[in-house]
Amino acid sequence: MSNESLRVRRIKEGTVIDHIPAGLALTVMQILGIKGKEENVIAMVMNVESEKLGKKDILKIEGKELKPEEVNKVALVAPTATINIIKDYAVVKKFRVSIPDEIRGIISCPNPTCITRREQIEPRFKVISRNPLKLQCEYCGTYVNREEVIQQLVK
Amino acid sequence: MPFLNRDILTITDFDRKDFEELFLNADKILEKKIRKINLLEGKIMASAFFEPSTRTRLSFEAAMKRLGGDVITLVGEEAISIKKGESFIDTVRMLDAYSDIIVIRHPYEGAAKLAAEIAESPVINGGDGKQHHPTQAFIDLYTVRKLKGGIDDLVYGVLGDLKYARTANSFLLALAKFRPRKIYLISPDILRVRPETKDYLTRHNINFEELRDVKDVIGELDILYVTRIQKERFPDPMEYERVKGSYKLTMSILENAKPTLKILHPLPKVDEISRDIDHTEYAAYFTQARFGVPVRMALLTLIFGKEIA
Ligand SMILES: [Zn+2]
Repeated sequence: MSNESLRVRRIKEGTVIDHIPAGLALTVMQILGIKGKEENVIAMVMNVESEKLGKKDILKIEGKELKPEEVNKVALVAPTATINIIKDYAVVKKFRVSIPDEIRGIISCPNPTCITRREQIEPRFKVISRNPLKLQCEYCGTYVNREEVIQQLVK
Repeated sequence: MPFLNRDILTITDFDRKDFEELFLNADKILEKKIRKINLLEGKIMASAFFEPSTRTRLSFEAAMKRLGGDVITLVGEEAISIKKGESFIDTVRMLDAYSDIIVIRHPYEGAAKLAAEIAESPVINGGDGKQHHPTQAFIDLYTVRKLKGGIDDLVYGVLGDLKYARTANSFLLALAKFRPRKIYLISPDILRVRPETKDYLTRHNINFEELRDVKDVIGELDILYVTRIQKERFPDPMEYERVKGSYKLTMSILENAKPTLKILHPLPKVDEISRDIDHTEYAAYFTQARFGVPVRMALLTLIFGKEIA
């Protein structure tokens, strides 16, 4: 973890999501369903200098470890993010998020006449491109871009 | 054996040599003028049409019967009541239990693919929403090959509703497997080819161009594929009134056409091709329709692993 992220109080147990593209920390919070009404400490730092990104956001969430599905959601919204798992004030695991080749169930197909909108089945999307993000419904072929993904995830 | 026990969901699953195998089989069926042959005796085809269609359903059923197989059918009211209540998945399980092959037409995109994931028997997509109609594309290219001696090196025009017409969409995806000299995509702006299809053409290095008026290119075309523009597709009825003239093919538009131009249409047509064209050498759509049964016979034969002697 870089020095500037230490401006905010360190957390004992939890997750630090670093290298979020500047301005997206709030969106990441929303897609993780964090409302701020929970008991745990949440720290958000926005627009700090970053060697890699120029500017970046950082999000620290005490007492939470992300589930694989949540990591995939973060990857879709903030593909540059790194995830640090903190145990007893130390980083015990650090990894960069990655968008899998196939997205299952995280979002629904935006095409109203797609069979996945009618039957109780898990929507599946092929990842056609990561940057810019472009997914394709495996049933109806419809493209889904990053804006649409974010729109659905923050709902 | 690219067809043996295979689902026929999208034309993109097949390549040139698969097309060629199918076409050679269809040639044999036509040459031998097969009226009835007991190749598929004991096999049952379930045709499940959740959306009305006369031609596709009847030609599949005729094909199955000419090959000696049997047909069970789920159409009209029955299919519609299922559409409202029972899950589609349960219906497919039932059809799978009763038959050896299932043909499905459904208004939702991806329905045939979902059916194929559930059914053990092969599933043929008889048209899913605006997406695919692979057997029509086989018939369309077979027609081109018959009339022109081949599919490569021709200039194609595809006219009409390129956004929602699954026939035009499948025709384009099929052409991407060949080497057309050029494809003109002729439609009003709001009915342009969908981005996923356009990307597919680009990935296959197809030379294509989008335009609004068929008159601008009519003299270059070897094949003109026509689909109908529906008024309901236009949010603004005035816009429809303004453009509809450009999508109605008339003899005066054909004045500058090559004498060898052939016009295809998946049928049924309403008024998008004026009646006086029907009797000209340009009209190939009745021939195209006649190939519906033999091409589907060829396909069924290959799926069941049978050989036309
Ligand atoms: Zn879909």
